[in-house]
Amino acid sequence: MQFCLDTAGTYYLRNSIVRGVHMNKQLTWKVGGAQGEGIDSTGEILATTLNRIGYYIFAYRHFMSLIKGGHTNYKIRISSEPVRYHGDDLQVLVAFDQLSINENLREMNADGVIIYDDKFQAELPEGSAVRLCPVPLTGIAKELGNVIIKNMVAAGASCRLLNLELQPFFEVVEEKFGSKGKDLIERNIKAIQQGYDYMKEHFADEMFQLPTAPQVDRPHLLMTGNEAVGLGALLAGCRFLAAYPITPATEILYWLLENMPNYGGKIVQAEDEIAACIMAIGANYAGVRAMTSTSGPGFSLMMEALGLAGISETPLVIVDVMRGGPSTGLPTKTEQSDINQATYGSHGEMPRIVLAPTTIEECFYYMIDAFNLAERYQCPVIVTSDLYLGMSKQSVDDLDMSRVVIDRGAVVTQEELDQRGQKTYPRYAVTESGISPRPFPGMPHGRFCALSNEHDDTGLEIEDTDGRVAQMDKRFRKLDTFNGGEHVSYKGPEQPDVVLVGFGSTTAQIAEAFAELSSTYSIGHLQIGCVYPFPTEAVRKILAHTKQIFVIENNKTGQLAQMLQQNVGMVDKVEAILKYNGNPFTVRDITTTVRG
Amino acid sequence: MAKVIDFKYDKPTWCPGCGDYTVLAAMQQACVGLGLEPEQVCCVSGIGCAGKIAQHFGGYGFHSLHGRSIPTATGIKLANQELVVIAAGGDGDGYGIGLGHSLHAMRRNIDITYIVMDNHIYGLTTGKLSPNSQKGFKTKTSPKGSAEDPIRPVEMAIVTGSSFVAQAFSGNVKQMVSIFEQGIKHKGFSLINVFSPCVTFNKVNTYDWFKEHIVNMDEDESFDPTNRMDALRRVHEVESVCTGVIYREERPAFHETMLGASETAGVHLDLDLAEEEMQSLIDQFRR
Ligand SMILES: Cc1ncc(C[n+]2csc(CCOP(=O)(O)OP(=O)(O)O)c2C)c(N)n1
Ligand code: SF4
Repeated sequence: MQFCLDTAGTYYLRNSIVRGVHMNKQLTWKVGGAQGEGIDSTGEILATTLNRIGYYIFAYRHFMSLIKGGHTNYKIRISSEPVRYHGDDLQVLVAFDQLSINENLREMNADGVIIYDDKFQAELPEGSAVRLCPVPLTGIAKELGNVIIKNMVAAGASCRLLNLELQPFFEVVEEKFGSKGKDLIERNIKAIQQGYDYMKEHFADEMFQLPTAPQVDRPHLLMTGNEAVGLGALLAGCRFLAAYPITPATEILYWLLENMPNYGGKIVQAEDEIAACIMAIGANYAGVRAMTSTSGPGFSLMMEALGLAGISETPLVIVDVMRGGPSTGLPTKTEQSDINQATYGSHGEMPRIVLAPTTIEECFYYMIDAFNLAERYQCPVIVTSDLYLGMSKQSVDDLDMSRVVIDRGAVVTQEELDQRGQKTYPRYAVTESGISPRPFPGMPHGRFCALSNEHDDTGLEIEDTDGRVAQMDKRFRKLDTFNGGEHVSYKGPEQPDVVLVGFGSTTAQIAEAFAELSSTYSIGHLQIGCVYPFPTEAVRKILAHTKQIFVIENNKTGQLAQMLQQNVGMVDKVEAILKYNGNPFTVRDITTTVRG
Repeated sequence: MAKVIDFKYDKPTWCPGCGDYTVLAAMQQACVGLGLEPEQVCCVSGIGCAGKIAQHFGGYGFHSLHGRSIPTATGIKLANQELVVIAAGGDGDGYGIGLGHSLHAMRRNIDITYIVMDNHIYGLTTGKLSPNSQKGFKTKTSPKGSAEDPIRPVEMAIVTGSSFVAQAFSGNVKQMVSIFEQGIKHKGFSLINVFSPCVTFNKVNTYDWFKEHIVNMDEDESFDPTNRMDALRRVHEVESVCTGVIYREERPAFHETMLGASETAGVHLDLDLAEEEMQSLIDQFRR
């Protein structure tokens, strides 16, 4: 049985509305407006400042596939403890237009506050207890000579509402605009100050009290999943990237463009994703760790190349930052609907590995794993991230450098080749493990032909039955020693009645739902970080005595649920909680369904 | 010094008389003539009769996908610029399914030599229409004669930015070897379109037909292959049925000008970063 959630419910009010100063363990803040109005920069300035003074933040961008207009917003959850999700509720909304109020009111808490630009008359539905604070965001900005700095006025007003000190904001502004001249810095600082003063003067009793910021001697890392992928790739020794721009994967390209050339790495903006993927295959064949990054539409174009890497046993790393499909689908919205394609895509059959990092930190660690696995097993490794993981920004405590280990797998040495002294090398020798050492072009006595046809050990095409079967079996034998179970995490009792199962980016919401439900249920949380080869043993062990399994995934057809049923069985115990409206799960989406 | 035999591997399976035999032989002779060792050369091919050339060339090989020899070769060259990279395939491979890649490699000026065995037909799929087939040409997929105008590879390559453009003929091995040598030596993208008759399926564009029609520009002392407009005009006059070096210019190759260009080939880079280096990369994010 499967059922879907309709999250388009009405906003609801809480009974007790407390006016004045609110004490909060954590707080959610959002700014909304039309695209092109500086929404992101308002969010960025707040996120950066809060992270710098020691808070843990998680920032989620909601945007549209257009340059001007529409509705876009930037939400930040602020806490004194690590957070990985932007939260179900909303306490503070900064609205640049009425649309932002309409779009976000249902998320707002009853004790919420809306700061809005007084150039329009804000309207709330009857009975709404949310408080309104009109602030001349545009007015002040205009007086300062530039409408666009209304975002700084908004930041200043928010600063006051959250009872924060101004100085750290000023410092961030100074750094951000340092190269653009004193004038601009001063104007931005004034805008922040005046937004702050206006709030203080007109809405003195509106204030949220954040918990004390944790003491830090240096800021946490503030990074997106895409940046973590880029950093992971670079430290993993990736020195070639070919990619074609596509939301939400482009930031991987940006980050590597900025950083990889410093280490001798090369980057090509390819003419399309077919070329991008095949260039990466060519570079890997030539001995350079290489990857391509893309999203669904580009990944579809790579299907033939996937098979080429498979049969030619060329290592390959593909990062697919998933978005709403099919086709162009929802280019700016999140979804987890490509794992079937990652697992089964391309004609014919070949070994491959599909990893699904579950956190921003794992985006980093899994890239190191991906390159090692690709070279160890000489096969394609697909890393499926998604828009939510890729583009959200999070305070990360630290990354463990000791986990950066480079294992290039079976590579034949020049001495070995010289000792053989032959003209060609049996690159595709049928070995017991299925893995056969590879030389790199340029090495004397290592000649072979990599090819897309079925072949003999040196790379001559063959069609004889025995040779074909031997090579197929050899290729598939390679993964016998691979253990996807290392990428599975479980929290909860040893024999839970109920288990929440997810893969990839849904970790945080499931973890919060799990924490909430733990007091009433014997419940566990299983998060799968490798969807192929399916970690059947590890999963079966955890689920052995379970009465009910909820599989939570951002797609329409329950792709993980089906994989689970196919590999582990338990068909009658599996229920899928599915969401495919473009938004990430809320905690409530999960808890209400489990409670039934 | 390597000999021709060092550049051979196994026996090709082409039809007796197929033009591709002499293309392979000319490639082998050119490599020997240039004093190359087999391990220094990587032949990357697409799919088709012509595409099988990578299997039989004695250097390293990559017999890639239909139409994808160019991106494969691009990746290889950018990973290791020390290699001599020769891409090769049929006209369907390079001007049909793979045309987009061909054009982009030309304008980027990737330092590879691209040899197209142009038989005006799809050989391996048993005589189907090619984008290079002449108008009116009858095949199994054009039973009433092709209604399409053919691609003109040489003119296209000149205007797209190929920095070396030449045409050869399987029936003139001596000239072909010389052109291959020049193309391989040339720094940047070299397109060498070779009229390589398919004796089995193309009964129109035969050795005799080419011999009758080809104008050899190398023999024309008044022709200046560094003059782009002149080259275009002359090729147009002979309806592209000519051989010789048609156009050449000196331009930096992509691996020399691209972001990250370096003297050290990617394959020789030390991948292990010092701890402080890693730490400073991580610390970028403490913002
Ligand atoms: C994606 C794809 N489509 C179709 C084919 C089938 N196919 C193989 S070779 C070929 C055409 C070969 O013609 P050409 O490139 O001119 O080479 P020739 O055989 O004439 O040397 C085709 C259509 C294929 N291998 N892959
Ligand atoms: S079919 Fe034509 S192109 Fe193919 S091998 Fe025979 S003669 Fe050559």
